[in-house]
Amino acid sequence: MRIPKLPSSELTPESWYLDRRKFLAAAGVAGAGLLGAARFADAGQEQQGGPQARGTPYGLQPNDTPTPWADVTGYNNFYEFGTGKEDPARNAVNFVPRPWTVKVDGLCDNPGDFRLEDFLKPSRVEDRIYRMRCVEAWSMVIPWRGIPLKDVIDRARPRASAKFVEFTTLLDPRRMPGQRFPALEWPYKEGLRLDEARHPLTLLATGVYGRDLPNQNGAPLRLVVPWKYGFKGIKSIVRMRFTETMPTSSWMQAIPSEYGFYANVNPQVDHPRWSQATERRIGEFRRRPTLPFNGYADQVASLYSGLDLRRNY
Amino acid sequence: MQALGGIARQPRGFGALLVVAAAVPALWYAWAIYSDFALGSRYLGSDPIKAAEHAYGAWTLRALLATLAITPLRRLTGWNWLAKHRRTLGLYAFAYGVLHLLVWAIIDVQLVIDDLVGWDVVKTDLLKRPFITIGMLALVLMLPLAITSTKGMIRRLGKSWSKLHRLVYVVAVLGLVHFFMAVKLDWREPLVYAIVLAALLGWRVVESRRRAAADGAVA
Repeated sequence: MRIPKLPSSELTPESWYLDRRKFLAAAGVAGAGLLGAARFADAGQEQQGGPQARGTPYGLQPNDTPTPWADVTGYNNFYEFGTGKEDPARNAVNFVPRPWTVKVDGLCDNPGDFRLEDFLKPSRVEDRIYRMRCVEAWSMVIPWRGIPLKDVIDRARPRASAKFVEFTTLLDPRRMPGQRFPALEWPYKEGLRLDEARHPLTLLATGVYGRDLPNQNGAPLRLVVPWKYGFKGIKSIVRMRFTETMPTSSWMQAIPSEYGFYANVNPQVDHPRWSQATERRIGEFRRRPTLPFNGYADQVASLYSGLDLRRNY
Repeated sequence: MQALGGIARQPRGFGALLVVAAAVPALWYAWAIYSDFALGSRYLGSDPIKAAEHAYGAWTLRALLATLAITPLRRLTGWNWLAKHRRTLGLYAFAYGVLHLLVWAIIDVQLVIDDLVGWDVVKTDLLKRPFITIGMLALVLMLPLAITSTKGMIRRLGKSWSKLHRLVYVVAVLGLVHFFMAVKLDWREPLVYAIVLAALLGWRVVESRRRAAADGAVA
């Protein structure tokens, strides 16, 4: 089977990988992942497209170039390692994300404490290039590696009464020095509606740029929900719990007037302290318009039909 | 008053040195933004515009605190020659505030060069977002202080000049509130500025009480 041809901008070879062999291996996996994407792409939509094609795989826009490694791994929010955006890269150096156990509990028929390896093993690892839009109005394009969250949810066998899934980050102030200051109430918590969690775009990431996740990016396991603001992408996950009621995320708890449960990227609904109409792509000088659902509206807008997105921000 | 330290007189070239030194951050960040975008350097990290914007804001507050430190420092050390540099520091505070505003308006939200954002966003920001309104108010209040900083104006305004320039206390407090509101949940950095400001303002309160008491005793 042929791997779909990608515009060269999506395969930016420039210092992506340490060496060519790794790059080729990763490109193979990426290709496989992209084929999987056809599952949910609009039927009949051009998949072979070059830059001119409407809707490249994963809704990647023609002018989306992966953000350099130095920015992806050197500039992000991970308050467990400090509130400055260059703190995580500095303060997470000595963090050891092994051994790692993920607890699955709540309303499901296959709960338990799983070793990370066992938790991930049954699934095929995929590479996916996603836009990441931070609620602070900056954005990146990040080549993630991971497994569909749907896989582990299906293995947990949630009961019919389960409507939401709540995630929890590791709580360990000795290993996560940012937790010694109560910037947020620790441990960090996030949640998704079960249909959002099962959506094929939702990824449980274990790597970036074809390598294991660096500590500062949420090693060993983090959530990636590309149509939502970045803070939904909870890092260093130790627990998944199925619930009937909507979980309260750490940011909802900290500043309910500014952060809601859904946190879908929405250029029409401003943050109380700044406009969300545009964003700065890291590395670019001119601002870009922010796209509804971060450009993934074709894939996800139907999840929210009938929901007032202005009130459910 | 007797000088406590050894520099009762101004060291040679101090004024010129201060003028040059206070301009260094302004020039550095302007160059670094240009270099990061045009020449591919990484002086200011991944988001050079935000880095410069925040640095100019921080230097505004630092210059304001330095301005407010002159009088206590004079009283404590007897270095009265410091007095004539208060204007330099105050004008730099204003200049850094203007740079902070310009970086925000022109290259951060891109009011001027980009019709994508345009006036609407800036108007909304100014009117609907209290932390921006407060920052803007602080800067606007510095304008009359900068305008009346010349020798001629000081002479012409007489006693009302001192009254007018008490606005600097309001400016400093507003600037600090703006800083607290701009950081999300980590108030540790603005707290450092708040402690310094509280010390500088507290000294004035104590000092004026002490003087009033001394005057009372004499009378």
